[in-house]
Amino acid sequence: MPVFYGTDIASRLMLGTAQYPSPAILADAFRRSGAGIATVSVRREAGGDQAGQDFWALIRDLDVALLPNTAGCHSVREAVTTAQMARELFDTNWIKLEVIGHADTLQPDPFGLVEAARILTEDGFQVFPYCTEDLVLCARLVEVGCQVLMPWGAPIGTGLGLNNLYGLRSLRAHFPDLPLVIDAGLGLPSQAAHAMELGYDAVLLNTAVARAGDPAAMAEGFARALEAGALAHQADPMEPRDMAAPSTPVLGMPFS
Amino acid sequence: MKIIVNGDPTVSAASTLADLLAELGKANDRVATALNDRFVPATLRATQPLTDGDRVEIVAPRQGG
Repeated sequence: MPVFYGTDIASRLMLGTAQYPSPAILADAFRRSGAGIATVSVRREAGGDQAGQDFWALIRDLDVALLPNTAGCHSVREAVTTAQMARELFDTNWIKLEVIGHADTLQPDPFGLVEAARILTEDGFQVFPYCTEDLVLCARLVEVGCQVLMPWGAPIGTGLGLNNLYGLRSLRAHFPDLPLVIDAGLGLPSQAAHAMELGYDAVLLNTAVARAGDPAAMAEGFARALEAGALAHQADPMEPRDMAAPSTPVLGMPFS
Repeated sequence: MKIIVNGDPTVSAASTLADLLAELGKANDRVATALNDRFVPATLRATQPLTDGDRVEIVAPRQGG
């Protein structure tokens, strides 16, 4: 099971809290899947709006670790200030750091990401960077203090799965001891299982569960797929080969 | 005094950030604040003065991915 900044987590599923049909369905998805970490955000609240206060009550009852994000931030300053506000609101040094560089793909801005990660690490944060699978970027993130990397599988909300298998395999090979999380782009449990088969430690997803017809069932499906994939990785899979090889013994074949 | 609260032009008599939160009925809520793009910890709100044209952000926990 994954260990993030010295904290053992009892599940390979990190689950977002947005877009569910109702708070009750959100809570059910967490219960059925056993997800160990919930991602959350901070948003404006003034006047008579109490939505944030209600959400806080809901999320406390889930009894899971909280990972606040800096979703929607496009600059280092925005991301750093948002992280500082999130730390106070959620009482955690963990931050899922997003510095978005492109509006259509929601691709991380690698330059801003490294700078924000450096500032936040020096300020005592434990940074979970939402990044791409770019090896050089990931090395820079590790250099500035990140002890976990969260490359995208595909752009946020697309459900396209693992778009760059070569890149993800390379990342795993270059950082054999670092916790690696596929963050974003997954649509199906089979894709999550594949990530585990590659040796990844966990996945973080939201839309694939929240937008399913039955979110709680899909969350459980992801949890089971993650365990299946992780077992397969531990079991040392066979090497694929191009030519057929009979599994039934040839020796003793009648009529031969 | 005219300030900007969460992007909206607002007329306020508050002299500090803590006063503003009380004015808005947010004194006891779980919120975090920033002033002119810089985080202001809860412990410093009572001594953080506000001046004309300040931009205040007040945020609360919310769903996220």
